[in-house]
Amino acid sequence: MSAPNLDFRRESARMTAALTRVLGFGNLALAEDVVQDVLVRALEAWAISGPPRDASAWLIAAARNRAIDLIRRERTRLRFAPDPAGEGESTITAAFTESEIADELLRMMFSVCSPVLPEPAQLALVLKLLCGFGTREIAAALLSSEAAVEKLLNRGKEALARSGTLFEVAGREQLRKRLGAVEHALYLLFSEGYHGSGEPVQEELCAEAMRLCGLLAQHPACATPRTLALLAMMCFHAARLPARRAPDGALLLLEQQDRSRWDRALIARGFALLDRSAEGDELSEYHLEAAIASVHCAADSVAGTDWARIVDLYDLLYGLRPSPVVALNRAIAIGEARGAEAGLAALGPLADEAKLSVSPFLAGALGRFQQQAGRTAEAERAFGEAAGKARNPAEAKLFRELQSQSRKK
Amino acid sequence: MANFLYVFRGGGMGLQKLSPQEMQQQMQKWVGWVNDLRNKGHLKAGDPLEASGKTVRGRKKAITDGPYAEAKDLVGGYLLIEAKDIEEAVKLSLDCPGLDVEGTVEVRPIAKM
Repeated sequence: MSAPNLDFRRESARMTAALTRVLGFGNLALAEDVVQDVLVRALEAWAISGPPRDASAWLIAAARNRAIDLIRRERTRLRFAPDPAGEGESTITAAFTESEIADELLRMMFSVCSPVLPEPAQLALVLKLLCGFGTREIAAALLSSEAAVEKLLNRGKEALARSGTLFEVAGREQLRKRLGAVEHALYLLFSEGYHGSGEPVQEELCAEAMRLCGLLAQHPACATPRTLALLAMMCFHAARLPARRAPDGALLLLEQQDRSRWDRALIARGFALLDRSAEGDELSEYHLEAAIASVHCAADSVAGTDWARIVDLYDLLYGLRPSPVVALNRAIAIGEARGAEAGLAALGPLADEAKLSVSPFLAGALGRFQQQAGRTAEAERAFGEAAGKARNPAEAKLFRELQSQSRKK
Repeated sequence: MANFLYVFRGGGMGLQKLSPQEMQQQMQKWVGWVNDLRNKGHLKAGDPLEASGKTVRGRKKAITDGPYAEAKDLVGGYLLIEAKDIEEAVKLSLDCPGLDVEGTVEVRPIAKM
C-alpha cells in the first residue's frame, strides 16, 4: 500500500484551484479551510492504514464532495461566484476533472499575478496557492520573516477577494496582456532560488518555477516563444545547480565546477525549447538570457567558452534591459573575451552604481581581473571588500579564500 | 504475551496548524511507526475512525449525531498490540508520531477472562 508520487503540496494547490473555481474567488479563505480539512482527514485515515494507491483521486473526490455540501448548505448565506445555484452538481463535478484542474491552476496563476499586487505579494501567493507552501516555508524560501509573509498573504488575498472572480484564460487577447506579468513572476521566483543562499528550501523555488512554467508551456495560448525561451533558460540554469557546490557545501567558481555533474537531459530539453522559441520574430530578454546560458552549457570549460558570443548577447540584453546587473555581467564577459584590462575598463564606470555597491559581485569581478593583470595588492583588497559584502557564509568563505590565494601569488 | 489496545485521541488539533508538506511528513512518520510495529510482530489489528457517527443513549435509546467529544477527546483510531506486559506496551507507544502534535495514546490491557 503505497502512493509513490503522492505530494501533499501539489494536491493542496490542485484542490485550492478547483475549489476556488466553484466557490468563487471571494471565498478563497473558505476554499483554503476545506483543503486543510481534507488533508487533515486524509492524514488521520492514512496514518494507520497507509495511503491508498489512488490517493490523489481520493483527495480530489473529498474536496469535490465538501464543495457540493457547502454549496447546498450555505447557498443562502454565502455569495458564491459564479453563482453555482443554477449550474447543478455536474458543473461542480466537472471542475474537479483532470483537464479542468490544469486550466484552473492557470486561472489561479493569472489571477495572482495581478497588477493590483506588488511583486513580493505575487510571489508569496504563488508559493501559497500554487505550490502549497506553508507560511513558515515561504518565509524560509524568500528569506523573510513569518510575520512579514503573513501580512503579504493577507493583504494580497483581500485585494484578490475584492476582485471577486478568477482571471478568465478563455479570452486570448486579455490573456496575452497578463501573460507577461505571469512570466515575470515565475522568472523572479526562479531567480530567488537560483541566486539565493543555496539552502535546499531555496533551490526548491527553481523546481516550482519550472513546474509552473511547464504548465504555461503546455497551454496552446500560453506557449508563446517568450514562455518557451523562459523555460529554456530555467532548464539551462537548473542543469548546472548540482555542480555549484563542493560536497562540503562550499561554493565553487565556474572553472572549479565538475561539468560532468551537469544534468545533460535538462540541457537537451533546454536546447529543444530554445529551438522552438525561435519561431516568430520576437527576441525577448528571456531569449537572450536563455541563449547566454546555452553558450555556457555547450562549452566544455571556461577557456573553451564562446565569450565573444556571450558579449554580443549581453550587448543585446543591455539594449532591452539596461540594468546595473546586466552591465556587470557584460563587463565580466568582456574581461573573459578580451583580457583582464578590457574587463577592468568595462567595470570602471559601474563603481558608482548603488545597487552593485551593496553586493559582493562587482568587487569580486574587480579582484579577479586585477589578479589576472598581476596587481595582487589591488586584487587582495577587492576580494576582501567582496567578502565583507557577502550575503551568506558560503559567499564570504569563497571570497576570503580568493583573498588569501591572491596574497600568496 | 498479552494484548493491548492503543486508543489515539486529539491528534487532529495539532494537525490543523501544519503545512501540507509537514502533514505529509507526519503521515510518513505514522506509516513508518506502524510498519515497524508490524515488522516486529506486535501489530495484530488497527483502523482509523471517521470523525462522524452516532451515539445511542439510555433506555430511551436516544440517537444523536456525532461528534460527541471535544477535539482533544475525539478518538481518531486504534491499534491492537501484542506485548510482553504493560511496560513493553507503553514503551512501544513512546514513538507514536501523534504525540508530537498534541495527541495522546491511551494504552489499555485487553481483559483476560
